[in-house]
Amino acid sequence: MSMSSALTLPPDETRRSGFFSRILSSDPPRSWVLSLILLAILLVLAATPFLFSGSQPLSTAAKICVFIVLVASYDLLLGYSGIVSFAHTMFFGIGGYGIAIALEQIEPTWASAGIGLVAALALSAVLAAAIGLLSLRVRAIFFSMITLAVASAVAVLASQMSEITGGEDGLSFQLPFELRPAFRPLEDQLFGVTVNGRILAYYLIFFVALFVFLLLLRIVNSPFGRVLQAIRENEFRAEALGYRVVAYRTAASVLSALAATVAGALMALWLRYNGPDTTLSFSIMIDILLMVVIGGMGTMYGAVIGATLFVLAQSYLQVLMAAGSEALEGIPILPILIHPDRWLLWLGALFIISVYAFPGGIVGRLRQAKQ
Amino acid sequence: MIQTTKSPALETRGLTIRFGGHVAVNDVSCRFTPGTLTAIVGPNGAGKTTYFNLISGQLRATSGEVIVGGEDITALPASARAKKGLGRAFQLTNLFPDLTALENIRLAVQSRADAGWSLLKVWNSRRDLIEKAEDILERVRLEDRRHIAPKALSHGDQRKLEVALLLAMEPKVFMFDEPTAGMSVDEVPTVLELINDIKQRGDATVLLVEHKMDVVRSLADRIVVLHNGALVADGEPAEVIASPVVQEAYLGLEAARD
Repeated sequence: MSMSSALTLPPDETRRSGFFSRILSSDPPRSWVLSLILLAILLVLAATPFLFSGSQPLSTAAKICVFIVLVASYDLLLGYSGIVSFAHTMFFGIGGYGIAIALEQIEPTWASAGIGLVAALALSAVLAAAIGLLSLRVRAIFFSMITLAVASAVAVLASQMSEITGGEDGLSFQLPFELRPAFRPLEDQLFGVTVNGRILAYYLIFFVALFVFLLLLRIVNSPFGRVLQAIRENEFRAEALGYRVVAYRTAASVLSALAATVAGALMALWLRYNGPDTTLSFSIMIDILLMVVIGGMGTMYGAVIGATLFVLAQSYLQVLMAAGSEALEGIPILPILIHPDRWLLWLGALFIISVYAFPGGIVGRLRQAKQ
Repeated sequence: MIQTTKSPALETRGLTIRFGGHVAVNDVSCRFTPGTLTAIVGPNGAGKTTYFNLISGQLRATSGEVIVGGEDITALPASARAKKGLGRAFQLTNLFPDLTALENIRLAVQSRADAGWSLLKVWNSRRDLIEKAEDILERVRLEDRRHIAPKALSHGDQRKLEVALLLAMEPKVFMFDEPTAGMSVDEVPTVLELINDIKQRGDATVLLVEHKMDVVRSLADRIVVLHNGALVADGEPAEVIASPVVQEAYLGLEAARD
């Protein structure tokens, strides 16, 4: 896999690290424009409950948070380790089902959510380690095929075992009391907004996502992360230097699976539902791939940009097109072309254009502009 | 024989590999002792690089054993052999093409320090590893190339970096596979000096595959000759070069021309 050097050349000066540098693991965005965009995304996500009214903006923001974690964890595999896996949604799904099954089958409390999450993490770790140890020592394409097969098998299993998983219908469940809309922690309004369990749930997701993202950023900038990049560049030489390639790759795929599991759990918590279409489906796998590539592989920050753009486009492109279509009424063909029903066509076109224009992803492009 | 007093750092016993019907390395038994630089010579296709690959673990032997410091390591993968003190520089430049020169070396230093499994520290918190990498960068005279990625380095600089990685591993056994191949004339002395430095330290075991006879004469304490995968001569340089079997097998053409 060849990547432009703008993505892979790490900064190797060791400035005496300040607070931000430490939080960002000495891997700052390295571009003013990128820093501003990231800061804007962070601030808007942090303030969404107070900036926008209605449930759709909050849901969109929650989904962005979840997908940032999901895409960043995939970048650890694809961008940093050069591993192509198709099983990422499987781990996303395991996280979702862990929460859903525990809250539905046991009781809607924090303890059962904890049990569900821990069980899901354990299952993901075991599966990822097994797939890794069995197939990461052979050719890369074989590993990809194995992940595809296992992911398909698990998807079939999830839809067949309907007594536990709810089959194709999925599972709806109650959240612990503090996360329900009826819960009001404050007597008065805060900045003109009534704080309820829904907003608390949003902040739970926001902070967990922020923490996991920073943790992933730390991992890719650790001595371990540097070994992964070395293996991606030249696995033969990494092995000759004394790094056990299979062990490192397997560890990377377990860590990535764990983060995806957390993302799945967050998604289920937000939706109060989990089913094949929300976490397990293969189309989400393709979305993840697109988000990583559009944002910029091997950059971590690309995950933030890719996930934000993609989820926004998914949520608002149709609305935008409807407005455009109405505005252009009377002109031949044009209103039909941008009719909201054709939003997927335009989404596809946008992606082709962005991949063509920014082969190193948006982050790669912004960093290049700086140089 | 020259090496009688010290126990060998590295030994191969009946080392053989077959590719289908072709025997690339055939029953090679040889001991390498600390403080000795052994040149391994032989015509193209004699099995020199294959022999190296069998020792450092890139290839698995069909039969025979590789012993390092008295321990049989034949079953170990290349990474574990590196940890046992076998260091290898490659004939065809084999680096991390998109990482900086310094990072290439730092990764080797990091492996030597067993620091690869640290997940929650930032890489640059190990200041000592970076400093060590910088020292080595200076030793191979690449300090002004520290931020350049190997893919943008000249061939000669790539070769020096290859040697730097081997130095960074601090192995007990240094294996150089034609370290000066393709280098311009004025760059060769730098590399030869480095090899000589290692040799002067006295406790290193050095194996050197080399085609240039003047290099072999000036550096080697001992010459081993491979021909068609078999060991055909082994001894002090003057003696080996003069022996009829070597004249015929390897130096035959050269001798006829003189």
